[in-house]
Amino acid sequence: MSVEMNDAKIAFDQSYVNNFSNQRNEPEWLKNLRLRGLELAESLPMPKPEKTKIDNWNFTNFQHEVKAAEIEKVDDLPDYILKLVGKEERTDNFIVQRNSTPAYLQLSQDLKDKGVIFTDIATAVREHSDLVEKYFMNRVVKVDEHRLMALHAALLNGGVFLYVPKNVEIDAPLQSVFWQEDAEASLFNHVLIIAEDNSSVTYVENYLSHGTEEESVANIVAEVYAGPNARVQFGAVDNFAKGMTTYVNRRGHVERDGKIEWALGQMNDGNTISDNTTNLVGDGSYADTKTVSIGRGDQKQNFVIRVNQWGKQSDAQLLAHAVMKDSASSIFNGIAKIEQGATKANSEQTERVLMLSEKARGDANPILLIDEDDVTAGHAASVGRMDPIQMFYLMSRGISKEEAERLVIHGFLAPVVNELPIEGVKKMLSEVIEGKVTK
Amino acid sequence: MTAPNLKIENLHVSIEGKEIIKGLSLEINGGEIHAVMGPNGTGKSTLASALMGHPKYVITEGSVTLDGENVLEMEVDERAKAGLFLAMQYPSEISGVTNADFLRSSINARREEGKEISLMKFIRKMDSKMELLDMDESFSQRYLNEGFSGGEKKRNEILQLLMLEPKIAILDEIDSGLDIDALKVVSKGVNDMRNPEFGGLIITHYQRLLNYITPDKVHVIMQGRIVKSGGPELAQRLEAEGYDWIKDELGIEDETVQAEQA
Repeated sequence: MSVEMNDAKIAFDQSYVNNFSNQRNEPEWLKNLRLRGLELAESLPMPKPEKTKIDNWNFTNFQHEVKAAEIEKVDDLPDYILKLVGKEERTDNFIVQRNSTPAYLQLSQDLKDKGVIFTDIATAVREHSDLVEKYFMNRVVKVDEHRLMALHAALLNGGVFLYVPKNVEIDAPLQSVFWQEDAEASLFNHVLIIAEDNSSVTYVENYLSHGTEEESVANIVAEVYAGPNARVQFGAVDNFAKGMTTYVNRRGHVERDGKIEWALGQMNDGNTISDNTTNLVGDGSYADTKTVSIGRGDQKQNFVIRVNQWGKQSDAQLLAHAVMKDSASSIFNGIAKIEQGATKANSEQTERVLMLSEKARGDANPILLIDEDDVTAGHAASVGRMDPIQMFYLMSRGISKEEAERLVIHGFLAPVVNELPIEGVKKMLSEVIEGKVTK
Repeated sequence: MTAPNLKIENLHVSIEGKEIIKGLSLEINGGEIHAVMGPNGTGKSTLASALMGHPKYVITEGSVTLDGENVLEMEVDERAKAGLFLAMQYPSEISGVTNADFLRSSINARREEGKEISLMKFIRKMDSKMELLDMDESFSQRYLNEGFSGGEKKRNEILQLLMLEPKIAILDEIDSGLDIDALKVVSKGVNDMRNPEFGGLIITHYQRLLNYITPDKVHVIMQGRIVKSGGPELAQRLEAEGYDWIKDELGIEDETVQAEQA
């Protein structure tokens, strides 16, 4: 059996998946989920991102597993990874995954004592099988949504599990670094975060690979469950090299009075489909989504930021800022869906695209789907060029044109950069932006 | 350091093909404050913006030199680095860029690489200038002009003037929309700059600013050129009698730029 992807084929069959699961000593439920995913991948259609053609994107050319060594001491990590976890003021709790191998893990005794689980997904399914099974592709995302989701389950090879028990509030951020050291290595990464009642946690993840054009595929799913009155702050910086085709789906589920706040720096250089959806299920639940992205070269990207609201008095805040240069093309769909019965719900969204090139394309589409009368909703969208009057103002103080553009772009992207809770990650995102906007 | 000299000769400026300034000449030396006054629509703000290199204005004739150097050949940032400053009537709002970061970038733009102003020195200077202008500390970390009231924007322009210490500053209607207290504060800031190495060009509609900043010379602009010059007493007479006597004296019926072309 093989799965047809567009016209090309993926050469993974039942026995491959079976063996892969056995080698990892996985529980039966996960092996079955993988096999079901493989089967579904044959019949399910590809996702259909609005206004972006993905027919000729590479979803098939990759090495599923490229082994990498574990890391004994943290100082053995290369400098650019060390910088992320903080050289002097190190994040106390972090995981480094090298290709798909869990390479380094650090979790404080204090958090362990409080019952917090923070570990790689392979360990999690072995050691906390029942707990993981209860949520994994079960509550927030489903294996049968489309072909890429099904394949994600079948070929899962990395990820982390974060569990925060009831009433546990964690002040310091927990961090994952997903480091694709080898360009041809694929990543089928699954991040599962469960924040139980009245808990709070901040999680930040970094994805990075290196600057080659060698082709590979990333298929990433993050499921975030915020229980009643729980709060999850989720920060991310995606920074894959040009050859990586990325499908990334980060989805939240929020119970009564719970909160999820996303701050996503989407800096991939390759073609990317990103879906960030939050389901505000409980009354009084809250979602705040802030994303920034830069399109450059000839890359094509499609971003969905979406909040579905069932909860009464639920509140959704969506903000997407993007800078487009060269001949890059990006579509931004901001979707506010308010279901019948979600009385007094509120939804606000803003999409702004700054165009730096005549040849770039940026589409901002705010979409309101409202089935309840008693709600408030607003949206704003704009696609525009660098304001010549702003440039005149800055330059009239002696600032060069390049520096003035740099200031305006940094300022434009600041609403998300400033939200990232780890200094090292914030700095890294600033540096990435810097590198991308100054050719 | 020598006293700076800004020399404008026979300047003609157009916007979208329409001539606004029609042969204006003016010379400002260090230690002098000049006031250019005139009713609305006579070309005052066009003069200010054109001197700084505003992208909408085209200079069709004439010359502008600063210490003998051709200003009109310079990019906007080069004009600033040469020592020219424009306090704008409507300063832009730049989201996400703090006042402090912006000012440091501006100061460092004038300096060579490796000779940037130290953070401590910068903060001390900024604190003292903000105190002089009665500005709350929080202004340094607020985004550049974003959400500032009209008066706060004007103060912020003067703060930039004090921080950047240009050779020649043009103040474009820096008094408009200010209450009397704010006007005093802004004037205090400008007076603080007065020295032989600094020259100022104040563009204003009203005489009242000149009660606080005494000009050395006053020029009246009509129909895109200077039609009368004098000392501070000229401003006082304008305040008392308006502009009509000048129009009568010179036989001008409509002082605006538009009317003459129609």
